[in-house]
Amino acid sequence: MAKIKGAVVIDKERCKGCEVCVVTCPTQTLALAVEVNSKGYHFSYAAFPETCIGCANCAVVCPDGVITVYKVKVG
Amino acid sequence: MEKELRLMKGNEAIAEAAIRAGADGYFGYPITPQSEILEYLMEANPETTTGMVVLQAESEVAAINMVYGGAACGKKVMTSSSSPGISLKQEGITYIAGAELPCLIVNVVRGGPGLGTIQPAQSDYFQATKGGGHGDYHLLVLAPSSVQEMADFVELSFDLAFKYRNPVMILSDGAIGQMMEKVWLKPQKKRSEEILPWATTGKPASRERNIITSLDLDSERQEKFNLKLIAKYREMEEKEVRYEEFMTDDAEYLFVAYGTSARLCQKALQLARAEGIKAGLLRPITLFPYPKKRLNELADRVKGMLAVEMSAGQMVEDVMLSVNGKTRVSHYGRMGGMIPTPEEVVENLKTFIKG
Amino acid sequence: MAEVTFNDIIKPENLAYTKSKLMTNNVMHYCPGCGHGTAHQVLAEVLEEEDLQSRTVGITPVGCSVLMYNYIDVDFQEAAHGRAPALATAVKRLMPDKFVFTYQGDGDLAAIGTAETIHTCNRGENILMLFINNGIYGMTGGQMAPTTLDGMKSSTSPYGRNIATMGSPIKMADIVALLPGTCYVTRQSVNTAGGVRKLKRALKKAVQYQNEKRGTCFIEVVSNCPSGWKMTPVESNKWMEENMFPFYPLGDIKVPSEK
Repeated sequence: MAKIKGAVVIDKERCKGCEVCVVTCPTQTLALAVEVNSKGYHFSYAAFPETCIGCANCAVVCPDGVITVYKVKVG
Repeated sequence: MEKELRLMKGNEAIAEAAIRAGADGYFGYPITPQSEILEYLMEANPETTTGMVVLQAESEVAAINMVYGGAACGKKVMTSSSSPGISLKQEGITYIAGAELPCLIVNVVRGGPGLGTIQPAQSDYFQATKGGGHGDYHLLVLAPSSVQEMADFVELSFDLAFKYRNPVMILSDGAIGQMMEKVWLKPQKKRSEEILPWATTGKPASRERNIITSLDLDSERQEKFNLKLIAKYREMEEKEVRYEEFMTDDAEYLFVAYGTSARLCQKALQLARAEGIKAGLLRPITLFPYPKKRLNELADRVKGMLAVEMSAGQMVEDVMLSVNGKTRVSHYGRMGGMIPTPEEVVENLKTFIKG
Repeated sequence: MAEVTFNDIIKPENLAYTKSKLMTNNVMHYCPGCGHGTAHQVLAEVLEEEDLQSRTVGITPVGCSVLMYNYIDVDFQEAAHGRAPALATAVKRLMPDKFVFTYQGDGDLAAIGTAETIHTCNRGENILMLFINNGIYGMTGGQMAPTTLDGMKSSTSPYGRNIATMGSPIKMADIVALLPGTCYVTRQSVNTAGGVRKLKRALKKAVQYQNEKRGTCFIEVVSNCPSGWKMTPVESNKWMEENMFPFYPLGDIKVPSEK
């Protein structure tokens, strides 16, 4: 059966660390980083990139449009 | 429509002249003594002929903001009201001035303060010429003294408004709005189809998006913008001062009066001359910019100036500023809707001469 | 089969989602987690997908979204507080072929601009009114809004909104739905991906109805104000679901009859 594999690219400098993407992600791929960006925000990142299915829910709810999502069919 | 001679009310003349000047839109709200403007336009229904939009708004506030929206599209738009309604419009007017939008605002003045009276007055001079709303700005203000000028000043106002990207006010009063006179109407002009480069008409690929706003949170930039506005007003003072003189060549005493007051001062002038008083009249046509320079010149030759206004004394302050102490200045006015008679003006001049 | 690497996936042909080209590169001034940004982006997506950039005129309000014109690449007019629908009325009347929308908050649309809102809807102006309802005055620092819920605390209702003295929260969408001039009235949200996608469908309908000159489209977005509500963004969204949605239920309130 074909599986979808996704990946997210997050513009960490523009991320305000609101965490809305983190709670939206159905596969718990995302988390807020321990370190901060130059504005002092704990930016979002793919803590478990292998679980991403490319659903784009994180990008769709991101108020600052910092997430770009890609996906491919594998297998 | 060809050039045409008609007998009309001042208010009707404004409405007809607006259609003929190729106005794109009128947005108004009824108030005495200017409701004929909206009524006339509704009856004329120019949307079916020239395509001019006429809309009765839910308030003066909405009407002036419709003017803002239309002006921001680069359209020739206008509104009209009378004093209490013009007070309501002040917020919109300062935004229009701050966004540098061209438009025409007609004030057919009635007495105040508050609801005051529906009878004519000239007590909105300060409001019209000194800004009216908040912030440092001026309208360009034209003061007609006949029904013919009510008509003629509509097109002139639009021309000046677009030349300077600044709101223009026709400051009339209930007497000129309601009186009937013959008036030559100009032939119909076509509405402009030009798309102005600064107007919000939808962003094509060929230009950056246009933003019409009066907001700038950067103080340095905002001050620069304020200086730009001031430079515009100085340019108006250089180029746009308009006035009319009557028997000033040998005048020893000068009436200074605009609009309805200027009409009765013409009669007062004749009465005074018949009694051997060498009186003259300067009628400012633009109240901003004010004919300061000319009054200052005349101040060297006359023994005194009497500002005649239907107010407690507003324009007289500009006369004083213009002559800067060179000659005596006084004021005679009636209020509450009372129009002074030429005879009482002459009596007052005599008292003034005695000192 | 070889393992698919991150670099294999992030190729242009695999793009699943990126922000609309009509969003500018300016960093939005909104607080973290604010629904305004999300609402802007859905709107920009719809304007882009419907190819509306060259014929759109947007009207921004006074409130947090006053600077919206910095973020979406279309022509904008900035209105005085509450007056956006009056501007939009004139724009649409004078240029009927343009796509015209207003974007207003609850203070702007439901307090100071109530008359303009009601009468613009009543005239059935062919515009889209987008209404962001977060139950508070955000920009001025969290004062009570006409839509602030019963008992809800704000800087001007520090003991909670008292209906007896401060009046009840006002349901603008339900009010304008009663007017014959409105053709489409719906209440949506942007706190979940599903909500955003529903809002997008609603916006597309509004574009269609405006093209068909059906009347005023009124879309309310029930949104959050983490700063004004003094919560984290995630908490604010949860609070909104538990408190705002029961009072301002999501869904269509009025839909036009099929042609």
